[in-house]
Amino acid sequence: MSAAIQVDGLTKRYNSHLAVDDVSFEVRVGEVLGFLGPNGAGKTTTQRMLTGVLKPTGGRALVLGRDIVSDPVGAKERMGVVPEVANPYMEMTASQNMAFAGELYGLPGARIRARSQELLREFNLWERRDDIAKRYSKGMKQRLILAMSLIHEPRVLFLDEPTASLDVESRRMIHGRVRELSGRGAAVFYTTHNIEEANVLCDRVAIIRDGKLVALDTPEALKSTFAMSQSVVVSFSRPVEAAELGALDGVTHVEKHGDKLHLFTAAPGALIERLAGYAQQEHVEIVSINTPGPSLEEVFVSLSSDTSRSGGPR
Amino acid sequence: MMRKCWAIAKKNIRIYYLKGPVLIFGILFPAFLFLAFAIGRNVPAGSLVPGLIGMALFFTASATTPAILPFETRTRTLERLLVAPLPLSVLIGGDVVSAFLYGLFLSAIPLAISFGILGAVVTRPVALIASIVLSALCFALMGTLFSTPPTDEPSAIMTLANLVRLPLIFFSGVFVPVSAMPQWGQWLSRISPLTYTTELLRAGIGQDVQIGPWWCITALIAFSVAFWSISMALHRRNMCRRLAL
Ligand SMILES: Nc1ncnc2c1ncn2[C@@H]1O[C@H](COP(=O)(O)OP(=O)(O)O)[C@@H](O)[C@H]1O
Ligand SMILES: [Mg+2]
Repeated sequence: MSAAIQVDGLTKRYNSHLAVDDVSFEVRVGEVLGFLGPNGAGKTTTQRMLTGVLKPTGGRALVLGRDIVSDPVGAKERMGVVPEVANPYMEMTASQNMAFAGELYGLPGARIRARSQELLREFNLWERRDDIAKRYSKGMKQRLILAMSLIHEPRVLFLDEPTASLDVESRRMIHGRVRELSGRGAAVFYTTHNIEEANVLCDRVAIIRDGKLVALDTPEALKSTFAMSQSVVVSFSRPVEAAELGALDGVTHVEKHGDKLHLFTAAPGALIERLAGYAQQEHVEIVSINTPGPSLEEVFVSLSSDTSRSGGPR
Repeated sequence: MMRKCWAIAKKNIRIYYLKGPVLIFGILFPAFLFLAFAIGRNVPAGSLVPGLIGMALFFTASATTPAILPFETRTRTLERLLVAPLPLSVLIGGDVVSAFLYGLFLSAIPLAISFGILGAVVTRPVALIASIVLSALCFALMGTLFSTPPTDEPSAIMTLANLVRLPLIFFSGVFVPVSAMPQWGQWLSRISPLTYTTELLRAGIGQDVQIGPWWCITALIAFSVAFWSISMALHRRNMCRRLAL
């Protein structure tokens, strides 16, 4: 069996609102699947259905062959989960939190102690293991949550935006651990709204919007999509015709926001040079220029104009 | 699964036994209520005993469970419990166990007062023990029923719990024995589980009773089963709504 997570037609309806709409995909053994989408796309709802917290309105999901609805305990035994917002018990120390997590997965005491030591050292929490979690920084708390989710050596891991608003060190540690786990054969379902993170960390990326899967491919194959959505934002010392800039090589379209012009392009570097040339030739000064990088919103603009892809996410 | 249940209970003991609302409504509140009633009244000391022990059990055993779920919702520790490999019954069961032990341990205080100071004498130990153990269980389960509304406000649940508990103590044989109540009071007393506690306690220390010990035991078990079934059904329905809070 090469699919560690198998999802078929998963659907969640809140009253009349379809939060997740007929989503199908699989996560293979040893794979990191990025689940990318803007706020409210249905990422958390999907993860909660896959981890047995929410009942799906329709569809089916198997984790290591166990159906999450008909055999929730069996499916949960071998998964590790970092929910979107989760805290350790603030009144308990890191060691106590780890022990509690281990007991919930039925591990014997000796195993809990060995795993706790290993994980707390690795996440740089060992020195502070007897401090209560209340005294930890946000990043330390999140590292502790990840350590707790790994205590039973799960072969499937679900992470819901685990690095959102974390410090660089914690982010690096979490990324490193995710790579290492997938290298050792774990399947990872990694939710994020950060394109760059999906790009560097994931073997494949699923893109979800308004509850629907709109693309699923390797970052490499999605690159043209991501690249298409890059842009250069420029402003000049006097008003300039947007159409003139749109005519420059490599510009796909132009938007005007106040005194700033938003030029979309697959090659922002080359465009900047061309803009410099243009400014010299037209005797205008560039007041500001920057490249904001691809944003999800823009990816979706290019995805929905690319109908060939939005039809078949698989 | 027993180990997982105990792990939950142990966590509750560590965190919730000393939380403010639990201490206030589980210990201080019934203590003052009882003092307010007992002081300055000219009644034989022994007649206070069933009310004292019964009321203590009633408040302490039902004090922790209403606090736990709202706190876990607010502190965002709940979802990690829900993704753990255990059925909801084990999760709630762990809460019940910790509440049961709270009631059991703290009943030592009124028991010491009753037998040490008020001079009560045990005549039927089985009835006494059954009343303490079954009542602690029954009221712990009543507490889980209070905790079913999906909220992250411990104080809202505490208010709800008191809205139910306070009226009940006035017709449950706490201050006035069931046998001394008017007819309508006696009828009313039958719907309160606390009545069976105080009657069973009276049987245990050789006082007059209106309801036989076996009836009391049966009633306490029946209330426990009902509280458990209803609260599990409600928890199953409401648990995931807490995540949206
Ligand atoms: N309990 C709920 N009741 C009603 N609507 C909800 C509930 N939870 C989420 N939603 C809605 O479902 C959609 C998807 O939410 P969510 O899965 O949290 O998105 P994401 O994690 O991608 O930001 C949103 O529109 C959100 O408002
Ligand atoms: Mg989310």
